[in-house]
Amino acid sequence: MTLLLDLALVAWLLALALHIARVRDDRNAIVAFIGFGLLLGLGWTRLASLDVALTEAAIGGGVTGVLLLRAEAHLRPGKASGASVSHGGKTLAAIACAMVAAGLALAVLAFPSPAPTLAPAAATALPSTGLGNPVTAVLLAYRALDTLLEKVVLILALIGVWSLAPDHLWGGAPSLRPDVVPEPLAYLAQTLPPFGVLIAVYMFWVGADAPGGTFQGGTVLAAMWLLVMLARLRPAPETRRRSVRLVLIGGPTLFLAIGFLGFAMAGGFLAYPESIAKPLIVGIEAALTLSIAATLGLLVAGPAQTAPGR
Amino acid sequence: MADILTGAALFILAVTALGLFRVLRAEFAVERMMAVQLLGTGGAAALLLLGAASGTGAMTDVALLLMLFAAFSCAAFALGQASPSVEGAERREDGA
Amino acid sequence: MAPADAFTLLFVTAGAILFLAGTLGLLRFPDTLSRLHALSKADNLGLGLIVIGLLPQCDSVTAGLKLVCVWLLAQLSAATASQLIAGAVYRRKSGP
Repeated sequence: MTLLLDLALVAWLLALALHIARVRDDRNAIVAFIGFGLLLGLGWTRLASLDVALTEAAIGGGVTGVLLLRAEAHLRPGKASGASVSHGGKTLAAIACAMVAAGLALAVLAFPSPAPTLAPAAATALPSTGLGNPVTAVLLAYRALDTLLEKVVLILALIGVWSLAPDHLWGGAPSLRPDVVPEPLAYLAQTLPPFGVLIAVYMFWVGADAPGGTFQGGTVLAAMWLLVMLARLRPAPETRRRSVRLVLIGGPTLFLAIGFLGFAMAGGFLAYPESIAKPLIVGIEAALTLSIAATLGLLVAGPAQTAPGR
Repeated sequence: MADILTGAALFILAVTALGLFRVLRAEFAVERMMAVQLLGTGGAAALLLLGAASGTGAMTDVALLLMLFAAFSCAAFALGQASPSVEGAERREDGA
Repeated sequence: MAPADAFTLLFVTAGAILFLAGTLGLLRFPDTLSRLHALSKADNLGLGLIVIGLLPQCDSVTAGLKLVCVWLLAQLSAATASQLIAGAVYRRKSGP
């Protein structure tokens, strides 16, 4: 029965992917892509990767969708007059995609069996971190350097988006500016965020011992913040505000500071003293959750569009 | 019992997929928004059943997030749909 | 079969049938608003029945509460999303 389910899921994912590639209208493709993200989340649960499933549902089924929808809305005025991609260009893209897919397929088929794994080593070292979820242990203890750099990359991406603003608007507020806010949306933006914040805190807290964690929690917070901004209940903050910038860099800074403290306390960069490993990790996670939420929210909100107030 | 629950999940996913392809091929853009809602509800039901079948409690969390983001995406899409510029484009494209 | 399992079987089957009914409505109903009606009502009732059916299978009270939370979230999101879609359909029809 489970084999049948897995085969069916793979078939639907492929069919949906083909549909996304073939459909002409951009908005249609984006809606189908959001659906694809949700279905892919289901697919990850079948591989027993619940942490990835949670991230996929949050990023693929939520935040990426809004990002794409906003990009499409920006491009639409210019598109009506401009010509679409030529036939040759499409063929070239198709060939390139097919080659990447074939390369990936070859790589997967060439895996040695049984695959070399570090899982037993990760499991034996788990008690020394005080954590119960091996994925969180990899992210924040074994390979903390990768996670730290990843968060810095997110901030760099945000700086990249901000720098698209013209000089006189620098430091101003981004604008999500919907023309009309339908009434049910305002209602949703008032009722959903309390639940969303609760779910985000739960995701973050449970992440130490079960699937979940900072990224999932942060994404949920970002989505709730975006919902409030989209319904015009709260304006987007000015990007020059000190509090905004402090929240943005708070997580990575704390992470880096504790990393350097590792030299003094545990004999190495990003090493935690075993007795207080868990409180340190949870503290870093809390600050990172807020930073990720602010970064993702502001990434979707885009560059400043109104001049900073005097 | 686990087999029956997995079977039920497969059945629900199958009818959801059927509805999904009908909705995605709809001629009006508003109707295609239902696709996300459909996958949110159907996917959550399938996840709960699979979670019960395999005894993984964390599966409920995935269902929770799936529902939350289906609602969020639907709201974001509705917002784009409500703006007059889209209305105009939409009307042209439907020939209505 | 234990009574708890029989209870689960009954409610999960009923839920699956409602999902089927929702998809049939989606495929067969003539206009957008009727199709929306089929999707939002039947699928949500189906999800509710499945949640009720899975409650006896939970190993703790909190797991059961979480299941109910998924359904409550579905209620909130489905109701609002349907209103949003219906509003978009209505504006498109009666627009200037």
